[in-house]
Amino acid sequence: MMARLRIPPTAIFGILVLALFIGMALFGPWIVPYDPDTTVGRTWTGPSAEFWLGTDNIGRDILSRVISGARTTIGLALVTTILSFAIGVSLGIFAAVAGPRVDAVLSRVVDMFLSIPVLIMALIVLTALGSSIPTLILTIALLDSTRVYLVARAVAVDVASRDFVDVARLRGESLPWIMAHEILPNALPPLISEFGLRFCFNFLYVASLSFLGLGVQPPQADWGGMVRENGQAITFGILAPIWPAMAIAIVTVAVNLIVDWLLSRNTRPSGASAEL
Amino acid sequence: MTRWCCATASGSGRCCTYLGQSLTTQTPIVEAIGPRLVSTLRLAGLTALVSVPLAIGLGILSASREGTVLDRSLAIGALAAISFPEFFTAYLLILVFSVKLGWFPNLSTIFPEMGFWEALNAMVLPVVALACLVTAHMMRMTRTSILAVMSQPYIEMAFLKGVPRSAVITRHALPNAAAPIIAVVAMNLAYLVVGIVVIEVVFVYPGLGQYMVDAVAKRDIPVVQACGLIFGIAFIGLNLLSDILAVLVNPRLRRPNRGR
Repeated sequence: MMARLRIPPTAIFGILVLALFIGMALFGPWIVPYDPDTTVGRTWTGPSAEFWLGTDNIGRDILSRVISGARTTIGLALVTTILSFAIGVSLGIFAAVAGPRVDAVLSRVVDMFLSIPVLIMALIVLTALGSSIPTLILTIALLDSTRVYLVARAVAVDVASRDFVDVARLRGESLPWIMAHEILPNALPPLISEFGLRFCFNFLYVASLSFLGLGVQPPQADWGGMVRENGQAITFGILAPIWPAMAIAIVTVAVNLIVDWLLSRNTRPSGASAEL
Repeated sequence: MTRWCCATASGSGRCCTYLGQSLTTQTPIVEAIGPRLVSTLRLAGLTALVSVPLAIGLGILSASREGTVLDRSLAIGALAAISFPEFFTAYLLILVFSVKLGWFPNLSTIFPEMGFWEALNAMVLPVVALACLVTAHMMRMTRTSILAVMSQPYIEMAFLKGVPRSAVITRHALPNAAAPIIAVVAMNLAYLVVGIVVIEVVFVYPGLGQYMVDAVAKRDIPVVQACGLIFGIAFIGLNLLSDILAVLVNPRLRRPNRGR
């Protein structure tokens, strides 16, 4: 039993880093040294005792903006991933239990969306609809849910062929009940590590779109947008765009380390955990 | 749809009105896309040329030294390269090689008048930034494919015969792992399509991705559609290629697997 609780050091590191950034997102407004939206110094000063990470293109404190951007960037990716899972998992399980015809229709529609990269498709949709936070969330969530659907369907098809699902059908349970009470709990473990993986992708999509100027609009602090605003500074050897980009990189690495650990736990043969 | 396909296939010239006009410049899109498509293909081609041999080589090396310090450091490097957003890698490269060391220019604006070596010099940083990302993916999957083959009984047999480890990997494991590796290579080249958009914007490289992002900012729908179409074709084409190559290399896939 004790061996199951052992967490590899890389995963502990990931959890600690993630906790730090979630803390930033939750308590951001109370711990920022300066107001993130007002000019407090000169343009692009380097790191100093006064401004730990320096100032940005119009003299705002970068540390304050990184802290307050945590809420926007992580929050957006989280909401998007939750929405994408709600859509993808329910449709995936539905396709697995509702019979071959529904499955065929849903799967072909998903195939159609899979044929275009998410970022390119998002660019096209955002051109047509204009960029705002609700559009951004809905677009990425819908596009990403097609990828979630594939995983959820594959897992659910396996579960749906088990005897206890047939028993539930014979008992006369309704389709939604079977989906929620028989399939979902058994499909959950692989879906949890998939959640971490999809979160990473969505996080990078949101950051990339903001970096391209199509995500979160200024003056709201957001990491991808901050990299864009300060991109020019790099040619003068100023680190201003590196900090928000580094924040994005660190969060993604942390989530990936946790996902790797969850994956290695899941792929362990089922009997092995009982043996240890 | 057919008008579009015709226009893309012929490139420029006869069908030049087919992609329509740009809303902002009122000029045929094909004329603007032609040279940019060539630039983008050049960037993607160079990246593939660098990253494919590198990824397969490192993957084989990593698999043959499984569990050693080398393997672990390669794994950590790959994880970092995959997790970093493209622009972070790109800005780090600019900071080190352009600003601090001054080896390469920080912007990769290529003009037709530039000499071959000058243009190549300007392309080094974007190629490296793109290659980092793609190489990491391919290396990880190459390593996994080889190690999956290594657990087969015939590999154990080869070891029992006394064949050295390096020979087991190159002679016995590699040919059998070729199919998944080839599929992975084609799939990751398709991934280039996404990475190239961001990298072109960072380095102000005059390619298709930058054109598309500019058009999105101006809400120039015909241009965005045209670029989206080309990226879509490249993506689908490479995926198709990966499927075809997988079947060619592995005869077992030629007959559809009916009923598990």
